[in-house]
Formats: sequence, C-alpha cells, structure tokens
Amino acid sequence: MRILVVEDDKDVAGFVLKGLREAGHTVEHADNGRDGLFLAASENFDAIILDRMLPGGIDGLRLLETLRGQDNTTPVLFLSALGQVDDRVKGLKAGGDDYLTKPFAFAELLARVEALTRRGKGDGPATRLQVGDLEMDLLSRSVRRGTQKIDLQPREFRLLEYLMRHAGQVVTRTMLLEGVWDYHFDPQTNVIDVHISRLRQKVDKPFETPLLHTVRNAGYMLRAEDI
Amino acid sequence: MTNLGPASASGPAPGPPHRRGILLRSAGVRFALVYAAVFGISAFLLAVALWYSTLGLLQHQVQNAIHNDTQALMEHEQLGGLPSLEAAIRSRVTNASDPDGIYLLLSATGEILTGNLDHWPAGLTQDNVWYEVPVARQGVNSVALLKVQPLPGGLKLLVGRDVRARLELRNVLRAGLIWALSLMIALGLLGALLIRSLFRRTIRDISLTTSAIARGDIARRVPVSGVGDEFDELALTINEMLDRIARLMDGVRQVSNAIAHDLRTPVTRARSRLEDAALHASTKEEMQAAIDRATQDLDGIVSVFEALLRISEIEAGSRRAAIAPIDLAPVLEDMDELYRAVAEEKQIVLNTEIAAPLPVLADRDLIQQAVVNLLDNALKFSESLTVVNFSASLVDGVVQIVVADRGPGIAEKDRARATERFFRAEAARNTVGSGLGLALVMAVAQLHNGTLRLQDNHPGLRAVISIPTYNKR
Repeated sequence: MRILVVEDDKDVAGFVLKGLREAGHTVEHADNGRDGLFLAASENFDAIILDRMLPGGIDGLRLLETLRGQDNTTPVLFLSALGQVDDRVKGLKAGGDDYLTKPFAFAELLARVEALTRRGKGDGPATRLQVGDLEMDLLSRSVRRGTQKIDLQPREFRLLEYLMRHAGQVVTRTMLLEGVWDYHFDPQTNVIDVHISRLRQKVDKPFETPLLHTVRNAGYMLRAEDI
Repeated sequence: MTNLGPASASGPAPGPPHRRGILLRSAGVRFALVYAAVFGISAFLLAVALWYSTLGLLQHQVQNAIHNDTQALMEHEQLGGLPSLEAAIRSRVTNASDPDGIYLLLSATGEILTGNLDHWPAGLTQDNVWYEVPVARQGVNSVALLKVQPLPGGLKLLVGRDVRARLELRNVLRAGLIWALSLMIALGLLGALLIRSLFRRTIRDISLTTSAIARGDIARRVPVSGVGDEFDELALTINEMLDRIARLMDGVRQVSNAIAHDLRTPVTRARSRLEDAALHASTKEEMQAAIDRATQDLDGIVSVFEALLRISEIEAGSRRAAIAPIDLAPVLEDMDELYRAVAEEKQIVLNTEIAAPLPVLADRDLIQQAVVNLLDNALKFSESLTVVNFSASLVDGVVQIVVADRGPGIAEKDRARATERFFRAEAARNTVGSGLGLALVMAVAQLHNGTLRLQDNHPGLRAVISIPTYNKR
C-alpha cells in the first residue's frame, strides 16, 4: 500500500516511516502542511497519516478540509497530541476516518491504518463472510464451521463479524472496544481478552486448526492458514 | 546635519493628566455631577413655575377688577350720561372703597374732568391696552396698571389700580426664591458629594478585594453589607466567582502535587529499569525485556495523564455539549453483558437488576466510563465465589446506579478522601491502579448534577451514583 505521512516531528516521523516500510508499505513523507497538501492532492495514496499541528501555515484540519473540498476521499487517520474528546470530534467532523492520540503504540497505528484501507475497498454490502472453513451468513445471522453449526450470543456474533471483516489484519483491543461495543475508553481489566477467549471456546476449541490468533503486544488476528 | 539634541527633541513634557481630566474620569464624580444637574434643574423649574403662577394670578385678579370697574362706569355713562359718570367716579374716589383705585376722566379737549391722578400719564397712546406705568397720585409717585376706555363724545376714561404693593410682594417673592434656589444648589452639591463618597466606598471595597487577590491573597472576599441591594448582588456574584476560581485552583494545585509526587514513582521505575539495562544487561533478551517493561511503565504513566486530563475536562464543564436525553437502561445492560464474562472468569457472581426505562440527561460515554470504573473496582477487589450486586432503579425522580461488592471495602475514615485524586486506601496499596477511578466517577456524577456516595456493604463497598431523572415536560 502507498501511504502518505504528514508529520513534523523528525523522531516520530522516522519511527512511523521505518515501521510502515518494514510492514511492506510504500511511504511518502511531508514535514509541513503545505507540502503535505500538495502531495496528497497531486498523487494517489491508499491512506494518509496526518498530524494536526503542523508548521507551514496549513494545519492538519485545514489540510483535510481542503482535500475533502476537492472530492478527494483518501482515508485519513489523525495522529495527534490533542487528545480531548472535542478534538477527536473536530477531527472526525472535518472528514477524518480515524483518530489516534499521541503517544501511541506502533502496532495500534499499523492495525488502524490497515483497517482503514480495507474499509475503503468495500464492494457493496456483503451478505456472507468466509474465512477458511468458517462461514457467516449475515442475513440469517448464522455461523457454521465446516459442517458444524456454531451458536453465538448476539454480542459474540458482532465480535466475530468484526474480526471476519478484518480477516488477515491485526485488530487491537481498543479497536474491538470501539467497533463492537462503541466504548471510547480503556477499562482497567482485560474485558476484551475474556470475550475473545469465550469466542475461541466456540469457534476454535472443537476444531483442529485454530483461526483466531493472538498477536503479541498488539491484539488479535483472524486468519485461515498458519504462516 | 541633523540637530536632534535633547533640547530639540523635548516637546511638552508628558506630565500627569490634567486635574479636571482626572475628575471627569472618575465615575463617582460623573454620577455626582449628573445628580447635581438634575436636582438643580428641577429646583429651578419649580421656582420659575411658582413665580409665574403666583404673579400671573395676582395680575389676572387686578385686570379682572379693572375690567369690571370699567364696565360698571360705562353703564353709569349710558344710563345717566356724563353727570352720572362723574358722580360715580367722584364717589369712588372720595369713598375710597378701594384705596388702590385710579380713575381719570378726560374731556375731548384734553381737560381733566374728574379723577384722582394729577395728570394724564405719559405714554398712554392706545385704547383698550394694558399699561404698567409710573403715575403721580396727589404728589405721591407710584406704579399703576392702567387701561383707557374711549367714550362717546371724544371723552377718555382711564381706569386702573395702584400695583406698588404687588411690586413689593414680587420683590419679597423674588428674594425668597433666590434664597431657596441657593439653598437647593447647596443641597444638590452636598447630595452629589454624598453620592460620590458612597459610590467610592462601595467600589473601593470591590477594588481593594480584587487588587488584594491580584497580589495573591486569594482568600479575600468582597464584604457584603446585607442590605440586599444591587451592590450586594454584585458582591455576591463576585464572591461566587472567586469561590469557583479558588476551587479550580485547588484542583490544579492538587493535580500538580499529585504529578510531582505520584508520577515520580513510575517515572523513577522506568528510568531505573532502562539505566540498569544499559549498565548491566549482558544479553539481547535481557535488554529487550527491560525495554518492554519500561515501555509498559510509560504506557501506565500516559494512562494516568489521560485520566487526569479527562477529570479536569469534566470538572471544567467542557463536556456539557455532549449531554443529551437518553435511556440509561440499555446502556447499563450492555455493561452488564461486557462484565458478566469477566466475573464468570473470576468465578464471581454478578447479580444484576436493571429497571427500565431510566430517562436521564447524560453524556453516554461518561456514564459508561464511570460505571466501568465502579465495576472494574468491584471485580478487582472481590474474591472468587463472592457476589457483586449491580443494580439501577428510578426512585423519587432520581436514577440510582448501585455497585456493591463483598471485598475489603473502604475504612470509614478514608471514605471521604477516597474520591480525591491519587488517594489509595491501605488495603489497595498493593493492587494495580492509579487512584483516579473514583475521582473520575465523582466528577461525572457532579457534571450530571448528581452525587456519588460510598457506603459500607457489611462487608465490602457499596457505591451509589444518583442522577436526577429527565422529564420531557
């Protein structure tokens, strides 16, 4: 994937660029708003990682508003030190697709950026999801693995649906909390781990190959074949 | 070349502003001047009105008398001719029924036929017009109001009244009014001075207090006279504002103290780990482990910061915009569902009773976070096989959310302090946590005009959030 990083802090930018390259992405970098807007408007990217406070007269919000004004729909993830709820709301209102507050874990950033690019490629509302031999029918709200039917509680169903929609991608605990429960804060206890382990009991335990994997220091991933 | 010495550069010295300028810039003086002006103008108008109405009335009375007298004399002339008229005039003059009466009858040739004036007054040229002129009466000079009535045969009848007494009255009245007016001006100025000093005293209380506060004496308050007037209202408003500022400053001070003391520990821990690894780690694995632990420590510090910021954000009231009418019942049922799994994992019985509906005006995110904090705490401090009660109900217009556990609870003496930032009871010292959970719950409850009460659950802790219900009407 081709990703534009607009970030003025050299250390943060270097860290993000290195990490994204290691994850196999092509990366462009701009260290001020003007260059960032020029690059974003003139070239094609799969995603933009955008700082809010930028030198050069154009801050992140202005940059994004200008971009959206030109009907450019490239997914944008804000990466900002402005962490109050209002700041987040402002960022999303300006057309941002996701908002991550500094300081951040790189795994979280990577997972969210990859989730964004996937979201952009939706080809109509799917009625069936499939990962390996796991199948989900969104109309009848039923799940089966191979020939065996799996009974899920409504919340477990939504959790699995989220994981299947992001199959092959790392999904962090915060993403699950936001995407499945619509909670925007971190509980002290490991609530997500508990729910994942219950889902695992139903989806993986009775079968030979596990589908739901734990990614150390990052989160979870649903994926068909063992790599 | 240019000759810009100090001599040529010095214009008029920018000395202190003109005294008159200072005086007019004082609001007290301005109010006083306005008061004096209004008072003076009204007093003046009153005097003028009194003057004109009194003198006007007298003048009118005299004119009426002259007019009636003239009419009566003309009737004599019409009925009895000239002799009758002369007799009537003579009888009036000799009888002195009105000592101020003035009569003079002139023949066509200009001779005086009868009357009590020595000669025809100068300046009386027109008929039927009022004249106020000096006259001579038997050698005595006086002033009279006169009117000439022409009679058939070229005769001229002059009827009038001596108004010297009235003029004297006018002088007395004028003197009286001038005295009264001077007195009023003096009173007006006195009143102005009073107003000015009153104004200055009231303002001085406020300005003394505010400048004391500006110098750092935040405990000072504007004295309230207790009269309940506008200045008292102002003083009360200012005092309320100062109380609020003091509370916020206390909060900031608490937070900075907390940062100074409570964050020092985890920062020290992370720092020593890294330094220790830099000095002593011999293998790559040891180094990696140290870095991982230090990163975790830093994440912990960040989450403490976030909690602190969140609390001050809530306390500052900047989240009011997100408050909307919602039903809490489904929100709480979601939380029950989220935590039921955790409870079962720890073999704790989560006993949930949520009544519906629970209409409130609330920020959904914040209520969730507050309840999550209570549930987190309850599950953290509960032993396995114990019961945690989670209930919500609507009683007497108040929505009560109760989370009660059978853990160690909070000792009576600590309960009041438990909602302070970073406070951690003895029993909780060895568990993970920042000591900010209950502070946040408290802030959320207060934002919703509600309360957080911590009670003894015999044993354990019973935390009750009470929020007033929302009524559509």
